[in-house]
This record gives sequence, structure tokens and C-alpha cells, in this order.
Amino acid sequence: MSAHAAAAVPHEVGSKKLFMWVWFWLLVLTGIEVLLAYLKLAPHPMLIILVGLSLIKSALIVAYFMHMRFEKLGLFLTIVPALVFCLCMILIFVFPDSLRIVQMHP
Amino acid sequence: MWLFLLSDSLTFSSAILAYAYVRLSSSHWPRPFEFSPAILNATFLTIILLSSSLTMVLAVAAGHRGQVKKAVIYILLTAVGGAAFVILHLMEWFRLFAEGFTPWSNPDGDPLFGGTFFGLTGLHMLHVTIGVIYLCIIAYGFGRRKYNADHVEVSGLYWHFVDLVWMFIFPMVYLMSVKLTP
Repeated sequence: MSAHAAAAVPHEVGSKKLFMWVWFWLLVLTGIEVLLAYLKLAPHPMLIILVGLSLIKSALIVAYFMHMRFEKLGLFLTIVPALVFCLCMILIFVFPDSLRIVQMHP
Repeated sequence: MWLFLLSDSLTFSSAILAYAYVRLSSSHWPRPFEFSPAILNATFLTIILLSSSLTMVLAVAAGHRGQVKKAVIYILLTAVGGAAFVILHLMEWFRLFAEGFTPWSNPDGDPLFGGTFFGLTGLHMLHVTIGVIYLCIIAYGFGRRKYNADHVEVSGLYWHFVDLVWMFIFPMVYLMSVKLTP
């Protein structure tokens, strides 16, 4: 994917130390999530916090493990805005209903 | 591969969103996961997947440096991590089956729990299984110099994606259904 032009120029993909740090922070975030589960929050704020943390984790994975950070900007612009747009569409048009239904329960 | 992952992430997002929808709109969601063994097991599964992602990253780096043997060992370590994940997860499934949780019914609470839980984790487990096979083929081919470092990198992308999806499934499916003592 990235190494077409990399035969002559070494392709920068980050060091072993960097990957270890990213791995460490991913584990820390996982630990925080597990602790959160026992705080007895209501489902709605709980879901928002957990998804927020998961988004940070996935951003770390995509940026460093999948080395999106070291790729051309064009790749990022091809993938990420389209995905965000589709997800926003689903969220806006479908999701608010779930909160309405819970209030309709007898 | 990036475009495939884009479409696959939409598949998973719709499944996860559908799950979040029924989870929030339900007032009697079952909370079957006790701290031990279920949550401990799931946390361990997360650690396994994250570590296998780390070994995959190291495999890609070794591949680009031309260290074929090292790369193959790292890829195989990743595949072992994936296989361990599938086995431990299946054991968890069978434990839930024994407790009366099936994809269509459970002892108490909304029966949709089973459908969403087994659907989401099953789809993910299928991806991990395919990933393990994929990695074994890549390790074999790269070891015999049939594939180059780019192939290893592309298989790495797939593997990290599988890891990434679990980062959403673990908190949303497990941690939102932990058994709380009143």
C-alpha cells in the first residue's frame, strides 16, 4: 500500500517504542472502561461515555497501528469523511427514536 | 483493502447502532455478565486482541525492513492470539448456552438480548476466524517469498480493523450488561 515509492526512501511507519506506547494507552483506556461499567450510571450517559472512549481508541488504532498518520492526506480524505457522513445520517434519522420509545413504555 | 474496510465498518456500525437502539429503548435489558468469569474473560480477550495488534504492527515493520523470518514469527504469533480469542470466546458462548441464553430467548429480560449479542459477537468472531486463516496464508507465502512486504501490510490493516471493531463491541455489549449488585 505504502511501499510503492518506498524502495529507495525508507517509509516512516513509527518506532517500536511508539507502538508500545500506543498499546499501553489502549490498555489503560480499556481499564477505565471496565471501571466505568461499575459506576451504575444510567444507560444513556454510560453509552455516550463508552462510545466516546472507544472512538479515541479506534482513532489511536487507525492513526498508529494502521499508520493512517503516515499516509498521504488523500487517503484520509477518501475514507474518513465518507464514513463520518454515513454514520451521521444514520444517527440523525434513526437514533432519536430509541429515546422516544423508552418513554412510551407503560 | 481500505475501501473494503470502509464498507465493512458500515456493516458493523449499522449492526452496532441497531444494538444501541434496542438497548436504549429497552427498560428490561438482561444483565447476565458477572465480574468473574464473564467480564474478566472479556477483558482478557480485549488484551489478547490488542497484543495481537501489537505483534502485527511489529510484523509489518519487520517485513518492510526485509527481516522475513522475524516477520513470519510475528505474523504467526498474531494468528495464535486470534485463535486463542476465538476459542475463549466460544467457551464463553457455551457457558451462556448452559445458563439458558440462546439467540432467541433468555431466562429473564428482553429476548432481543440474545439476538443482538450472538449476532454482533458472531459476526465479529467470523471476522477473527477469517483473519486467522488469512494471516496463516500470508505467513506461509511471505516465508516462501511469494508475497512481499506490502501484502503483509494489507493483511495487517485487516487485522487492526478486527481489533478496532472489538473496541466497540466490548464496552457496548459487555460493559452495558454487567451484573450489578443492588
